[in-house]
Formats: sequence, C-alpha cells, structure tokens
Amino acid sequence: MGFLEAIWDVMSTESAYTAATRFAAVLVFAAVGEWVAERSGTLNISVEAMILAGAFAGAMGYDWTGNVVVGILLGMGAGLIVSFVQAQMSHRLTADQFVVGLTLNILFLGVTSFLYAEWKPSSRVASKLEIPLLSDIPLIGKALFGQAWPFLLLYLLVPFAWWLVYRTRWGLEVRAVGENPQAADVSGIDVNKRRRESIYFAGICSGMGGAYLLLGQVGRFDDGIVAGRGFIALVAVIFGGWTLRGTIFGCLLFGSVLSFRLTLPGLGYELNNELMSSLPFLVTIVAMAAFAHKVRPPGSLARPFVRGLK
Amino acid sequence: MSLNLSPSSSAKRKGEIFLLYTFSALGALVLSALIVEAVGANWSDVWNALLDGSFRKPGRWGRTLGSAVPMAMVAVGTIISTKVGLINIGQEGQMLVGAAFAAYMGAHVPGPGPLVIFIVIISGFVGGAFWSGLAGALRYWRNVPEVLTTLLLVTVAANFVGYGLKNTWLLLDPDAAVGNRTQVSQQLDPDSRLPRIDIFGNNFSISVIISLLLIALTFWLLSQTIVGFRLDVVGQNQKVGRRFGISEVRQGFAAMCASGGFAGLAGALMLASGDFAKFRLVPGFTVNLGWTGLLVALVAREKVLAVIPVALVFAGLRTGSSFLAATGVERRVTDVVQGLLVLALLVPPAVLFIRDRRRKLAQVESRT
Repeated sequence: MGFLEAIWDVMSTESAYTAATRFAAVLVFAAVGEWVAERSGTLNISVEAMILAGAFAGAMGYDWTGNVVVGILLGMGAGLIVSFVQAQMSHRLTADQFVVGLTLNILFLGVTSFLYAEWKPSSRVASKLEIPLLSDIPLIGKALFGQAWPFLLLYLLVPFAWWLVYRTRWGLEVRAVGENPQAADVSGIDVNKRRRESIYFAGICSGMGGAYLLLGQVGRFDDGIVAGRGFIALVAVIFGGWTLRGTIFGCLLFGSVLSFRLTLPGLGYELNNELMSSLPFLVTIVAMAAFAHKVRPPGSLARPFVRGLK
Repeated sequence: MSLNLSPSSSAKRKGEIFLLYTFSALGALVLSALIVEAVGANWSDVWNALLDGSFRKPGRWGRTLGSAVPMAMVAVGTIISTKVGLINIGQEGQMLVGAAFAAYMGAHVPGPGPLVIFIVIISGFVGGAFWSGLAGALRYWRNVPEVLTTLLLVTVAANFVGYGLKNTWLLLDPDAAVGNRTQVSQQLDPDSRLPRIDIFGNNFSISVIISLLLIALTFWLLSQTIVGFRLDVVGQNQKVGRRFGISEVRQGFAAMCASGGFAGLAGALMLASGDFAKFRLVPGFTVNLGWTGLLVALVAREKVLAVIPVALVFAGLRTGSSFLAATGVERRVTDVVQGLLVLALLVPPAVLFIRDRRRKLAQVESRT
C-alpha cells in the first residue's frame, strides 16, 4: 500500500498509457503550432478559440459529408480563420495581442455555441487504426499506434514543424523575428509578416487538434469541449522552455496528469479531483517562478514590433 | 506623446475618430444582423426582443442594472491595473475567490446585520486582492508574466472553490450536505443581505448605488490625486518614475491588488444582492460576468466614467437575450454580438496609432 505501489499500478496498466496519450495528443497538436508562434514573438492566447473552432468545423464537415478527412480539413480552415483575425488585428493593426486573443476566445465560444444550437451537427468518432507489429508492443503499443487514425497525423506534424523551424529559411527568419525584431527588420525581413505567418501555422495546427479532439475522441460537439486545453498547450510551450522537445515533454506530462482523473479511480484509488485538474496550472506557475531566470524566452516574446519604436 | 498639430487639424482629427468608431460599431452590428438573417430569423424582431428584454418591458431594467453592477466593478478594477501597464485577465477567478471569501464570512461571522454585510463586502475585496496579489507578487518577485499567471489562476480558482463547496468545514452548507449532494454554500441571513429598492416595478439592490459611488471615487482618485498620478507615471515611463522616487514595484503590486480587489468586490456584491443564485455560492457562480467585465474595460479604454454606459449596454444584451426565444434565435447570439462589438472597437485606436506614427515619421523625414 502506498504511493509507490500506486505509481507501479499506473505504470503497469495499458489503459493508463492510452488515456495519457489521448489527453496529450490534442495538446501536442495545439502546442506545436503555438510553439512556432511563440518563437516568432507572439504569445498567442487565442489557441483556445482555434481549437474550439476546429472542433466545431470538424463536426460540421462530418455532418455534411460523413467523411473524417473533410472534417479535419474544415477544422484546419476554421483554425486558420481565427488565426487570420488574430494576426491581422495584432500584427497589421497594432491592437494588443492579449486583448485580441481574449476577445477571440470569448467571441468564438459565442459563435460556436450559437451555430451549434442552430445547426446541431451530428458526428461520431473515427475508426481505430492499429498499426500491425508496432501496436503489439506491450503497454505503450496501443497508446502510440492503436488510436483513432487522425492521431497518426502527429507523426507527420511534429517532424514537419521541426524541419520548418530549424531547416528552412522561413524558420530561421521566424526565430530571428522573435529574438530581435529590430535586427531582423534592418536585415530586410518583414517582421510582422513572418509573425502573421507563424500565427497562421498555429491556427492550422490548433484547428487540426480541435478536429482530432472531436473526431478522434469525443465524437459529439459541445461548447465546453476544449475545457482549457488551449491554455494548457500554451503553458506546455513555456514549461518546455520554448524548445520542441520540451514542449512535447510538457504535453505528455500534463496529458498524463489530466488523464489520472480517469485512470486512478478505475484502479481503485481515491484522489482529489479538483487538485488534479489544477495541477498542470499550478506546476506551470511554480516552474515559471522557479526557472524563470534559467530558461530564456524568445527575446521579444509578446512585444509588438512597430518600426522605429523600441 | 502629444502630436504637434494645429487647431484645425485637431478638429479634423476628432471628426476622424468619431467616424472611425461609428463605422466600426456599425460594421459589427451589420455583421451580427447578417448572422441572424443567415439562420433564418428577422433582425428587427431580434432587435425589438433585445430592447424589450433589457428595459422596455416592466421590471426589466432593474434586472439589467443587477448584471451591470458586477461588470462595472470588474471593469473599474481592470482600468486601474492597465494604468500601470499590467495586463490582468483573470478577473473571472478573482471574482469567484472574492465571492468565496464573502460567502465564508457571511456564514461564519456572527453579529448585527449591517456589520455582517460590511464584513462580507470587505472580505470579497480581500479575497480578490489576494488572488491577483499572487500574480502581482510573482510578477515583481520572480519576473513571471502576470498575463499568464492571472489567466492560469482562473482555472485554479474554479477548482479550489469547487473543492470548498464539497466540504462543510469550508463552504458547503451543512443542511444541504445532509439532504443531497448538491454543492451550495450556506444562504446569507435575511438581515445580512443588501437591501433592495423598488422603483416603478423595477427591483434592484443598493449595490447599484455602492458601485456608482465607487466609480466616482475611483475616477476622482485616478484623475485628481497623487495616487492616480503615481500610477500614470509608472505606466507611462518608469525612468521618470524612478527620478520622482516612485517605486514601480509598490505601485504595480498595489494596482494589481486593487484590480483583483474590485473583481472580488463584484463577486461579493453579486452574492449579497441576490440577483444570482439566491444569496448562495454555487459552482460557476460568476456566470462569465468576469470575462464580460473585462470586455467592458477593453471598450471603455482607461476611461473610468465610460464604464457606466458600456456596462449598461453589455448588461442589456445579457438580460435582453432571455427574450429571444420568441424570435426563434438562440440566445447565445448576444455573445456573438458582444464579441464582434469589442473586436470592432479595437480597430479605431489601432488605426489611429498607425496613422499618427506615419505622420510623425513623415514629419521627421521632411525635416531632414
């Protein structure tokens, strides 16, 4: 009996891993996009709205065509729409990015719940796809290779984001713009354009994440479907110290913590639900307070760029 | 930061500002009307239903006032923290913590009614100030961005208050705990509730008067006294502040606490006036009024007195939405209208900023 035994119980249960990766997957989708946006210097708090819009559009797409691919594409489109508003308002006009993001979160909560009540799209979870051999790995096989098939998009998205940021000219410029916009501007990079583009990327990723959340896990839309996952994704990027590796680790960590709410009671352990739900947030706050001076954020994170103004 | 413009161009500029705001607001309304038409309803029906529900029908404007009070209080607090250049976006959580403190004190402090009311309201302020003070302390002590901490603490607040409402030693009403498993706090005693006023069949609590007084007080403090001046200096230019011997940390922390305090006060007033949830604290007690209050502040833009009309409009949208069922439009459409309005009203200041900037640059270039 005791704490270690509980840990061992969780570690040796296959469903614990499945639940953890399910929670983490949505976070990874959103966090990868958010990571790129933050590297370009935008602390994009409208991820929440992007995921929500993606989920709703996913439901609509499935309702119209019965096709999961269409649902995901529409989800990406919806995320892009949100990111378009965010990008234009904060990096073409100079409205405050937090203010815009917050307004978008509230606006899209209204838009999706209104449209859902009017149109009532029906949808269901996409079929499972178990990759032979890989899904037979004990414990983690089902968790990583036996989920609903849109989960597999992650294996494309994450390397793609890495390649985009670290191996292309565009990525180099994005990092430069986030680090020192004045210098980037002088060397001929259109700072705000790069920032807008990276917000679009965040929108597409988060929209995809939203569509996956709906079509890969929940199956039915409701306006509380996102439940702060966008904020947790944002926090995972910070927790990960603005590296891709750290971000994904953060997502897995927070995903597992959130999944304990489901898995622990199933194994017969009592736990404090409220504490578990707030844990990702508390951990992040403590981590930010403890390591704030050790990890260095992108140099001009959350600072707008206007030529000639510091 | 003032531009060197001649009087005629300043009149022109005022016209420009007016036009920009009008067009933006109209744009948002037209877009909302289009959405309503798109779902097959008639926008003028919706408009009339909103007007009926918010103040034309008997007894409605009393209700609108009831929702406007918490929004206005949250907005006033937000303006204080914006003044020093801090971004507090966690009012929803601060409000809930304030309401929880208030509910706890209301249930546990014995004494004559008026004294209890006073303690309830003050402890609401303290609760909210404590919650935003956490973010403020981390901001100045560990350099953690306050935008994130305030936002993250919203969820934490909701969870903690939820925990409190499950345990009788914290907030859960012992009587309710015996009977069923609902999460409610003890109801405030009838003599420790805020008195209500009845005018022409419109019933509202005196929290309306309290909030008007507080708005006037804040306006005076911010615009006429050294208190407001200090906040302004820190917000505008910290180097100047240092020269004047104004501590950025002290002003910033105080402003952060005041900002959360007002949000907590809003929660306490909601609890004590009984417009929502019948003098009890329940999960989700703040019904998004914290977020809406924040939107009010965004629209009012650092002008304390502008909070009153904006809060009334947003409260009207809220109360009006309950009359929408007859028009066949989902009531959530008002959230869309509200969001679009706020988004549209963010445009004019940004456009003006860019234009001024371009003109200034042009001036500089023409001089060289």
